[in-house]
Formats: sequence, structure tokens, C-alpha cells
Amino acid sequence: MRRVPQYAALVAYIVFLAFPLVWLLSTALKTPREMAMADPTWIPRDPTLANFADAFGEQDLVGAALRSLVVALFSSVLTVLVSLPAAYAMARYRGLLNKIAIGWVLVSQVFPFILIIIPLFMIMRDLALVNTLPGLVLVHVTFTLPFALWMLQGYVRAVPRELEEAAAVDGATRLRSIASVVAPLLAPGVVATLLFSFISSWNEFMFALVILQNPDVMTLPLTLVRFTGPEGVARLGPLAAASLMATIPSLIFFAIIQRRLKSGLMAGAVKG
Amino acid sequence: MRIRSALAAAAVLTLAAACSGGGGGESSAAPNEPVKINFLSLAWQKESLAANKQLVDEWNKANPKIQVTYVQGSWDNVNDQLVTQFAGGTAPDVIHNDSPALAGFSSDGYLLDLKDKLPAELKSDIPQAAWDTVTFDDGKGRQGVYGVPFLQESQVIIANKKLLDASGVRVPTSDNPWTWDEFSAAAKKMTKDGNFGVAWPMKSPVNKTLNLALNFGGTFFQTADGKTTVKVGPEEREVLQRIHDQLYKDKSADPAALGQGTADPLPAFYKGKFALLPAGVYLRQQVAEQAPDGFEWVTLPAPKGTSAQQGAVSQTLSIAQESKHPDEAMKFIAFFLNGQNQAKLAKGDWLLPTSQTAAADPAMTTKENGWDVATASAKNLVVAPFLKVNGFDEWKSKVATPVLQEYFGNKITIDQAASKLVEDGNKVLERYQR
Repeated sequence: MRRVPQYAALVAYIVFLAFPLVWLLSTALKTPREMAMADPTWIPRDPTLANFADAFGEQDLVGAALRSLVVALFSSVLTVLVSLPAAYAMARYRGLLNKIAIGWVLVSQVFPFILIIIPLFMIMRDLALVNTLPGLVLVHVTFTLPFALWMLQGYVRAVPRELEEAAAVDGATRLRSIASVVAPLLAPGVVATLLFSFISSWNEFMFALVILQNPDVMTLPLTLVRFTGPEGVARLGPLAAASLMATIPSLIFFAIIQRRLKSGLMAGAVKG
Repeated sequence: MRIRSALAAAAVLTLAAACSGGGGGESSAAPNEPVKINFLSLAWQKESLAANKQLVDEWNKANPKIQVTYVQGSWDNVNDQLVTQFAGGTAPDVIHNDSPALAGFSSDGYLLDLKDKLPAELKSDIPQAAWDTVTFDDGKGRQGVYGVPFLQESQVIIANKKLLDASGVRVPTSDNPWTWDEFSAAAKKMTKDGNFGVAWPMKSPVNKTLNLALNFGGTFFQTADGKTTVKVGPEEREVLQRIHDQLYKDKSADPAALGQGTADPLPAFYKGKFALLPAGVYLRQQVAEQAPDGFEWVTLPAPKGTSAQQGAVSQTLSIAQESKHPDEAMKFIAFFLNGQNQAKLAKGDWLLPTSQTAAADPAMTTKENGWDVATASAKNLVVAPFLKVNGFDEWKSKVATPVLQEYFGNKITIDQAASKLVEDGNKVLERYQR
């Protein structure tokens, strides 16, 4: 009985977290008439799949989702691969250069992207990367990198330097101590950075808007926005149906990676 | 997004020189060489989308040597997208947009002057008033035609028929609309039992109020000695004050709608929380689709002041200056916007066609869903001077929107609002006139 309040709080929290998804599902199944009712209903009175038919019939949602998935996976993996060694160096080596590098990472975050988007677009055009998914991956990596670097160097700092020193006393080389001692402890941080990079890329709209002009290469955010009109007016039904579908790959990715996140935490605990 | 567009446009100016060249109105295609044209469309409503795609398919079947690729964009982001693509020289050949956006792009040299390319049939089918909405300075003092206007939006009043009839007020017609005094009196009469006569959704107040301000000759801008400045005199204040009075003096306007977007008050409208909803003609589509069984609604003409004039904004098709196939693009536009096709597009978007042939289509004059009133309102559309002002877009987003929201929110007086609109507005305009 003592646990009842705990369970109640847990259920309330889950309901709170699930609310947007449930509302999305409910909206996706409603008729336009029911959607416009002044007293909204939780469970559609006259559920319909017409919104899904419209959304999938009008737009290549599956193709767009697959392209988004490819871009997000490549972007997140590349971001982590590039930022990991740099983050280690930033965290472990202290000096003027290091301070400048950290400062630059922070400064790079304050530029409004509209200032750089046109020169960037021209560079992409000259490299023949406009209208290509590799071009978009490159841009996403570039713009996720500073924050990923910042995140990861924090995780590296959290790994006690003494562990590496102890490994060195035992005769391990620096590379060996990084591989055997630091890397397992960094796993949760790497997974968290991977998640952050994946979500950033999956949801990214503006760069995709200017770089991808061919309808055959457009990603999911560009496809979803087609259900909106001027001044915030939207076709809510198809938009909800398409958005619901858009959350599924993310949810699957989270479900898979969450186990890694947990196992990484466990590994860190044992090593620590 | 508009602010970003303005900033980006400034950045683009510095880069434009490096990217100029290309198109310039001459087709690069050799005779009989098949060409490909990209068509950026902003259609988003189901019927409009279907009509657009169907017309492109028809064209492609009939013209195997001029193939059009349909590229769908969105209204909220099109100008950000175009700013980059113009600067990078990769803009689509045929561009769907609205007339206010063309002013900046034409003066920056990104759009082709269509004056000498327009087929006579298309030119004569669209009245001069509509052509005026797409006639702009090319940045070097020459006037050009930078788009073909094809759909227009006017303001109407969507009314709850039951409440309208019960109030006993005179029902306005296109030939005899309400005056603003009659409109205010009707709204007051319909305000009872906790319900209101009218609702003014003012999340985006500028277009609506400025277009209606022409009822009293309110132009908001004046040009003297080649310099344009903001003007908020008695003519400009009239509509602003009348709406404010409905909200705070008569208390006949629903305050709950004030912060809402255009379509947001509809659920309350269906419930009878208010009787009259001033809106663009396109909103009829949502009412027709969403209104509950048994809910009766009618379309009324907008009120008139010293005239019934409203500011006209056109949806347009333009050709990028950089296009390698401008002649073929023009042929496609001429097909896409012929009278018959404009009627299809107008029906799909629930807007008014500029084509006189299309406007005569029986579907455009039927009483069903208020098409007769909507189509009749087109005669009141005139070019609003503010839409031709270089810098209007920035004035609108940075100055007018927040100021009007404060004014309609009763946080500042009309004198304070006028002063801010003028002083802050002139600072914005100055940058565009150096």
C-alpha cells in the first residue's frame, strides 16, 4: 500500500509524457468536423483512416522517412566519430590552444545560421553537393559537431584521470588505457551524443529546405510542412497522420539505443 | 521567417554580383531539344494540390519536349528558400508566390520581366488592376511585370445564419453591403446571453487591417520627392479605431479570439459563441468541411466606408531571371493559367480567379458556399500602395505586427500606436532608400 502513491505518480508521469502522442493519434483518426468541435473528444466518435489515406496518397511519406533515416543515421555516427577524439583532446590537454578551441566551439554556436546559409549553399553548389543526401549529411555533421564536442568533452572530464594513471602504472599505453578504461565509461555519453545528433538531424528543416530542391531527395520535415498553409493554417488531419508516422522510426531508434544506454551505464558502474 | 528573409536579402545583395549571369530571358535550348522546367508550387489544400498536379500531368502529356517537374514548397518558408536559391543561381524556373514578395525580388534582379513575353490572350483575360499588383521597379527605375497574377483574396464576413436572422438586422448584399456603422450596430445587436456579435482573430493583424483600411482611403505610406514614409492619419486610423471600439467600447467583439490565428475561432463560431467572423474568402473551405450537421452559414460582403475598396494581394507565377528556358516556362504558365484552368485552381483554393473567363465560370457564381458573394467582392480589389513599398515586409513583421497587437490588446492608445508605426517604421524604410 505504501507504494500506491509512487505508482500513481509514475502513471501520472507516463500519461504526461504520452499525452502528445495520444493526442496525435486521436487527431489523426478524427474527421474534420470532429476536429473542429469546441469540446474536443479524446476518443474519436467516428474514427476514420481518411487522414492516413490523404497523407500517404498525396506525399511520398515512406520514401521521405527512409531518406531522413539514412541522413540522421549517417550524420549521428559521423558526428560521434569526428567529435570523440577531439573531445578527448579538449578534456585532457590543458593549455592556451585548448582554451581557444573551447572558446571557438562556444562562439560557433552563437552565429545565426541565416548569416552562413548563403555562403554555405554556394560552397555546396560548387562541390556539386546540392540536391544530394551526402551534402545534407555533411551540413548536419558540421552543425551538430560543436555541441556534440561540448557534450562529449564533459563526459570525458567526468572520467577520473586517475583511472588512466592507474592503467599506465599497470603498463598500459595511452591508447590501451583509452580503449580499455575510458571508452567503456564513455559509452553512455557516446550514446547520449548519438541520440542528440540523430534527433537534431531527423528534425532539421532549414538546411534541408535550401539544399534539397529535387522532390525525389526531400526529407521528412520538408514533406510534413506541405500540409500547412499561410498564416499557420494547416490541414490538421493529414498532418497529424503524417507526423504520427514520422515519430515511429525515432521511437524504434530510441528503443534500440536505450538498451545500449543502460548497458553503457552498467559498464561504467563496474569499471568505476 | 520574414525577418530572416530580410536579413538574408541584405546578405544576398553583397553576393549577388558573384552569382549573376545565366538566363536573362533567352532560351538556351536548341530547336527541338527537350527541356526540363522546375515548377515550385505552394498549393497545399487537397483540391488545389490535385488540380495543380493534374494540370502539370496534362501539360507533360501534351508537351513531351517541355517536361515540367512539380516541386512542392510551403508558404511559411518559400521566401527563405528562394533567397538562398536566387543567390546560388539554382532557383526553380517557374515560381509560385504572392505579389508582395515580388517587389524585393524584382528590384534585386532575380525575376524576369514578363512584359514582352506575355501572350496577348492571357494578358487581355486578366484585368489591369491585377497586373498592377505585379508591376514593380526593377531596381534601376524601370517598371516591369514580374509575375502573372492568378488568384486573389478578398475579405468577407462569414456569418451564423441562425443568429443573423434572429437579430433582425438587414442582411447585406454585394450590391448593398453594410456600412461600418451598420456593421457595428449589427454586432451590438447580436451580442447577448454571453455571446458576442463578432470575433476578430488578430494574431496576424497587418494584412487584414491594412487591406480594410482602404475602405476609408487609408494607405499607410506616402511618397514625396522620391522618398517613402509611413503615414497614420485620420484615414488610416478609422478601421483600427472601429475594431478597437467593438472590442472595448461596444464590447461586441469576442476578446477570446484576439490572440488567435485566422482559423482558430471556428470551433467557437460553430458553437454560436459569436455570430460574425471577418475573414479571407479562403476560410469558407474550412467552414464547408468542418461545420457540424445543421449549422447554417452565409457569406456576407465586407463592410464599406467611404468606399468598399480593399487591398489586393495576388498569388503569382513568376519566371526566375536565371531560368535557362524562359520561353518554354512562359508557354507553360500560359497553359496553366488559362481561364478554364484558373477556374479549377480557384475552386481548389477557394480564392478568386483574376481571369475574367474563369470568373464567369458558373461554379464561381453559384450561391453554394457563398461563391457569388466571394466572386463579386473581387470588383472592390485595388492595388494597395503599401504592397509596393520596398521594406514593407520588414515594417510589417518588425513594427506593424507587434504594434497592432499591442493596440488591439488595449495596451497602448491609438496615438501611441500611430507614433510607433511612423517613427519606428521610418527607421526601417530609411535603410531601403539609401
